[in-house]
Amino acid sequence: MLPGSGLSLGFTLFYLSLVVLIPLGGLFWKSTELGWADFLRIAGSERARAAYALTFSASFAAALINGVFGLVLAWVLVRYRFPGRRLLDALVDFPLALPTAVAGLAYTALYVPQGWIGRYFDLLGIQVSYSRLGVVVVLTFISLPFMVRTVQPVLLALEREVEEAAASLGAGRWATVRRVILPALLPAWSTGLAMAFARAIGEYGSVIFIAGNLPRKTEIAPLLIVFQLEEFNYAGATAIAVVLLLASFFTVGVINLLSRRQQRYG
Amino acid sequence: MASHSVGAALPSEEPRQASTSVFAEPAWVRLLLIVVGVGFLGVVVILPVALVFEQAFALGAGFYLDAIRDPDTVSALRLTLTVAAIVVPLNAIFGVAAAWAITKFDFRGKSILITLIDLPLAVSPVVAGLIYVLIFGAQGYIGPWMREHDIRVIFALPGIALATTFVTFPLVARSLIPVMQDVGREYEEAAVSLGASGWRTFWSVTLPQAKWGLLYGIILCNARAMGEFGAVAVVSGKITGKTDTLPLRVEKLDKAFDTTSAFAVASMLVALAVVTLVLKVIVEWRTSDHESGPGSPAREHV
Repeated sequence: MLPGSGLSLGFTLFYLSLVVLIPLGGLFWKSTELGWADFLRIAGSERARAAYALTFSASFAAALINGVFGLVLAWVLVRYRFPGRRLLDALVDFPLALPTAVAGLAYTALYVPQGWIGRYFDLLGIQVSYSRLGVVVVLTFISLPFMVRTVQPVLLALEREVEEAAASLGAGRWATVRRVILPALLPAWSTGLAMAFARAIGEYGSVIFIAGNLPRKTEIAPLLIVFQLEEFNYAGATAIAVVLLLASFFTVGVINLLSRRQQRYG
Repeated sequence: MASHSVGAALPSEEPRQASTSVFAEPAWVRLLLIVVGVGFLGVVVILPVALVFEQAFALGAGFYLDAIRDPDTVSALRLTLTVAAIVVPLNAIFGVAAAWAITKFDFRGKSILITLIDLPLAVSPVVAGLIYVLIFGAQGYIGPWMREHDIRVIFALPGIALATTFVTFPLVARSLIPVMQDVGREYEEAAVSLGASGWRTFWSVTLPQAKWGLLYGIILCNARAMGEFGAVAVVSGKITGKTDTLPLRVEKLDKAFDTTSAFAVASMLVALAVVTLVLKVIVEWRTSDHESGPGSPAREHV
């Protein structure tokens, strides 16, 4: 029996309670000061509902974009050998290390009508910066590593023999990919999707730069909390925060369920 | 979030090339996939970074130097470094304690504890700031008491440090736990049975084996602490020259239409991110050289 169980566990629980659990508890306690009627009036207002709708739909769209292109990227990084592969692999983690405000600043300038990429969208008459599409684009950046890094290890561990067996039984390459490889990747892929989504719904820094932040149009839920706080409306801020927090916890529950399943069958 | 493996070091195994076409895609398909995958990464990651430097130097090197030597920017840099100097050691000590408790002992509720440690990653940064405003703010639970005793948390350094601690809370623990799990308990048990004290065992047996995991957790925690925006924006009050951190300074300059200065300050933060990634790659090389554990220093959460 090793020493230090009391000290390490005690300190862990103390610090966890002090920094995380008690403050989070305070948030839920504060929300009970509002009656149900007030809570629903604030958290369910038309403006708040528009903000949730944008937050959730843009996050889901960003997760799906990564679900397609991130999957291709993971495949290419694992299966093919080409110059610069290692460097590109390291760059996948960049969104985790880059401060979100910098991402917001750079993306906004990139996608304005005169910007490096925005000019091509402008030719098609599509506005990206200061629109909902801008929110999707920047959230794609923010959540990219979650999809790639979840699928990549599973792809690496995939047994080549199974593919060889499929091929020796006469399956073409495409049939093998579709019937053997993709189904094996599905659990990791859905976990990655949920993790990308979870990361995106809480995001604030990068989005407020690019969104334009018009009420009912391009205003995300976390920004609405900030507005309430700026008006010293603690109750209002709390109500929206509780909704956002419950959505996050639900997503975490789904992720835990998916990854447990993945461990069982993966 | 039980099995986050974002940022996980990948085994250094080379991709296996199939010799015959039944096991591999036709050449044109491979080329197409490489172009799509790499192109996606280029548009999403490389272009924005290139743009930051292009914009930062748009008015020349002289302007750039003036922008990053501006007194308010220097004060923001100082605050950012101070916050990191407070937060990173705290979360590192916590990470070591939590990893020791979780990997060296068996107790009921361990998986619940791990879920709770990960919780801050699922909380929006804005909510992370809000919870401290609700406690320490002017109308907060203990705000009035604090005002009487002239203790300032919100709109001051303690609040910024607290919110940052919350946001980066699990990062060190998350990268240490898998490494310490892989090492197992036998070495420590042997040391203790030979008469070494608990601390001695930790310093001379546990730490040398887990140091790269610890280092990686600290690097990541540091990058996130210096770059945090949402949580800090809520608690800092954004007082120029006093409670502005570097990311808040970027926003303020951008809002004031001083775009080139905003990009100049942003380029300092990009440099931080680049240094972080380089250190990460070095740590990964180190761990795959020394073959400690499965060659992955960090299946950490982010």
